[in-house]
Amino acid sequence: MTHAIDTPRRRIAGAALSRPRLGRWCAALVLALIVLTAIAPGLFTSGVPHEADPLAALRAPSGAHPFGTDAIGRDVFTRVVYGARHSLVAAVGATVLAVTAGTLLGLVAGLAGRIADEIIMRLADITLSLPTLLLALLVLTITGPGTLNSIYAIALYTAPGYARLVRVQSMVIRRSGYVEAATALGLTRARIVVRHIVPNAFIPLLVLATIEVGTALVASSSLSFLGLGARPPAPEWGAMLAGGRDYFSVAWWIAVFPGAAITLTVLSITVVGGALQRRLEGLDPSGGGRNR
Amino acid sequence: MTGHDGLASEAGIDAADDPVAEVKDLFVTFRTVAAVRGVSFTVRRGECVAIVGESGSGKSVTARTLFGLTGDGARVDTTVLRICGQDARTFGERQWRAVRARLGYVLQDALVSLDPLRPVGKEIAEPLRLHGMVPRAQVAARTVELLREVGVPEPDARAAQYPHQLSGGLRQRALIASAIACDPELLVADEPTTALDVSVQAQILRLLDERRRARTAMLLICHDLAVVARIADRLLVMKDGRFVEEGPTERVLGAPSHPYTQALLTAIPGRRTRGVWLSVPPPSAGPPAARREGKVVLEARGLVKRFGARLAVDGVSFHLREGQTLGLVGESGSGKTTIARLVLGLVAPDRGAALIDGTSWTELRGRRRRDVRRHIQLVPQDPLSSFDPRSDVRRILYEALLVGGVPRARRRDRALELLEQVGLDTAVLNRHPARLSGGQRQRVAIARALAPGPRVLVCDEPVSALDVSVQAQVLDLLVRLQAENGLAYLFISHHLGVIHHMSDHVMVLKDGRVVESGEVGRIFTAPRADHTRELLAAIPTTHVAADAHVLGHDPSFTKEATS
Repeated sequence: MTHAIDTPRRRIAGAALSRPRLGRWCAALVLALIVLTAIAPGLFTSGVPHEADPLAALRAPSGAHPFGTDAIGRDVFTRVVYGARHSLVAAVGATVLAVTAGTLLGLVAGLAGRIADEIIMRLADITLSLPTLLLALLVLTITGPGTLNSIYAIALYTAPGYARLVRVQSMVIRRSGYVEAATALGLTRARIVVRHIVPNAFIPLLVLATIEVGTALVASSSLSFLGLGARPPAPEWGAMLAGGRDYFSVAWWIAVFPGAAITLTVLSITVVGGALQRRLEGLDPSGGGRNR
Repeated sequence: MTGHDGLASEAGIDAADDPVAEVKDLFVTFRTVAAVRGVSFTVRRGECVAIVGESGSGKSVTARTLFGLTGDGARVDTTVLRICGQDARTFGERQWRAVRARLGYVLQDALVSLDPLRPVGKEIAEPLRLHGMVPRAQVAARTVELLREVGVPEPDARAAQYPHQLSGGLRQRALIASAIACDPELLVADEPTTALDVSVQAQILRLLDERRRARTAMLLICHDLAVVARIADRLLVMKDGRFVEEGPTERVLGAPSHPYTQALLTAIPGRRTRGVWLSVPPPSAGPPAARREGKVVLEARGLVKRFGARLAVDGVSFHLREGQTLGLVGESGSGKTTIARLVLGLVAPDRGAALIDGTSWTELRGRRRRDVRRHIQLVPQDPLSSFDPRSDVRRILYEALLVGGVPRARRRDRALELLEQVGLDTAVLNRHPARLSGGQRQRVAIARALAPGPRVLVCDEPVSALDVSVQAQVLDLLVRLQAENGLAYLFISHHLGVIHHMSDHVMVLKDGRVVESGEVGRIFTAPRADHTRELLAAIPTTHVAADAHVLGHDPSFTKEATS
């Protein structure tokens, strides 16, 4: 035989694969820093967020004030650092509340029968058909502004999405081959629910929730920006953004740094959530195309 | 054998014909994996060439090369690649499109190959329109005519239907109709009958044979020797990217020279393989140990199950003794799986009863019901979907041992014993099922079924997703386990050869009803019901293949040939 393959093989594996992985690690590192900031802001700044120094108002970023100062002379860096707690609490709180309510409603809709299913799902349809921000505004107009109330408002319009996901998951898993196999094997009903149905239903839910924290953060910041979430003296990123709006032409740093903090946090949450999804769904053979 | 139509031997091949496809020294490499390693073949007008091999042998890749569809990651090297008289080695995408118009491609799974959002008529009309085969005004008429040609009843109505509204057989015909719409010079069919019932399979093969007689060149890709034997003129036996044997069908099947071909023939289950091992080399030196029949462990009394308006199971009764195998055979939708679910106590019958050791499921509740489950276990068709996607093999087996009442401290030892019993390496314990091969997964499923210490195994199409040689190993394993443990098997299959090989008694089902039941030899040699006769007539075998069996099945012969 005269034929031979001796062309140099292209190396695809090494370099190309490491770049997205590096990005994921960077995002995870940033997110870890932000979370640490929220837990212990004192580690990053010795300042106090409410401390005003009118003499040093509207200073541009410098060595003493890396992010500059605002209209009444508060250090923007200190406020951004302390703001992490306010913003993350609102976003995580809204998501946790929405996931909890959504899971309960979804499980009832999926497993408890036709009537419950119809009622819950039609209510979800109504909620989801209203523009999200409009619904939140409506709630906050009734309850009055505040961080806690904005958490309720955000949870109200995100919970139906989780309810739908949990409902479908529980219905699919209940009829899956492995639940039938576990029943045929002779496992108890409780064990099947706890060991097989719940973990499998929750993986996609957790992945979604991780990514949705970012969305909730944007929503709570928007509400604060509109003056309906955290109130002005509180160093909340959305409220700071609103406070910096009037000075934007003379002191861009007041609005830009809290805005950048929001963007950076949402971005890193999304990247980490996506990586989590790939990791967890990598375990799921149905996603891997097993016929190939 | 009278079942053979003699289709292959009749049509003469004109050797003077130019080959429609000619390939010489073809190599296809994906990154570092050499999928095809130097194959040469030609397909001439009116000739049917079949590439036979198991999954991963490179047969589909070889077929795709003829269409320029190997994909971006593939490197194709060949000294000759002539298609329809043109040198295709330097073809660009535009030239490939032009030449594809002169070829037809039929894929295995018609459901995924047909656009789900388009009526099948539109699918067939597209190539007609695209390649301007017929005047625009006649496209619709030609579409209906094509559907009629491939034997679709009521073609006018069918043309307007969507793929999901058609049965598997009709879908496959619609796909063939779209492949032959432009009257291709070469028709390539990749596993065209694999997912189909035997009688539908026979119809599709007849249809393909008609095309061949109409002087179309045909390349058939198949893993089943018995299927290709029906219509192929020449066989190319492929293994690891190479043709290990090639020649006229009669010669290859009648006097296979390569050990791999011999092993493939030996592995085909059927009448002649009863009481002998299928796999090469055999799992043990002697023949399988004799089984002893014991008392009745499973009984069905007049089972009736209705799903909506459809009667899925209609008055089915049988009993099964220890050490015995009852084969349940029938086409898809005949009620086989519903019977399995009824006897496993997964659904309740509308009337009648399924009794385990004389106790009916309906009398059992809660704890006692779970205790009885230990005695009857399932070996599923698709093991992977029967495993929790989050479990590794260890967790799967530990959970089954928990049901069997094995104390925590002894589970590891027992799990390792079970793996050994089903012929798996103990390292498999820490693996995830998704990372195992099809045969290994089925062995894990069998190990799980054995773990609680059952007396009956319900095997629901346990080998229908496996390659012939892997199927042989799994069937041999089931035979061995039955002899060792005195298990009773309720064995469900649409494959008559597998049923013949495994069963002591056979029940033939049609539309939920038992049309015939009896001792296996009687059913296969003197069938009484028309439906049984129809099924038997459709079994794809050839007299040549049958002769090969006699030789292939003498263990001493096989051993000499292998060494």
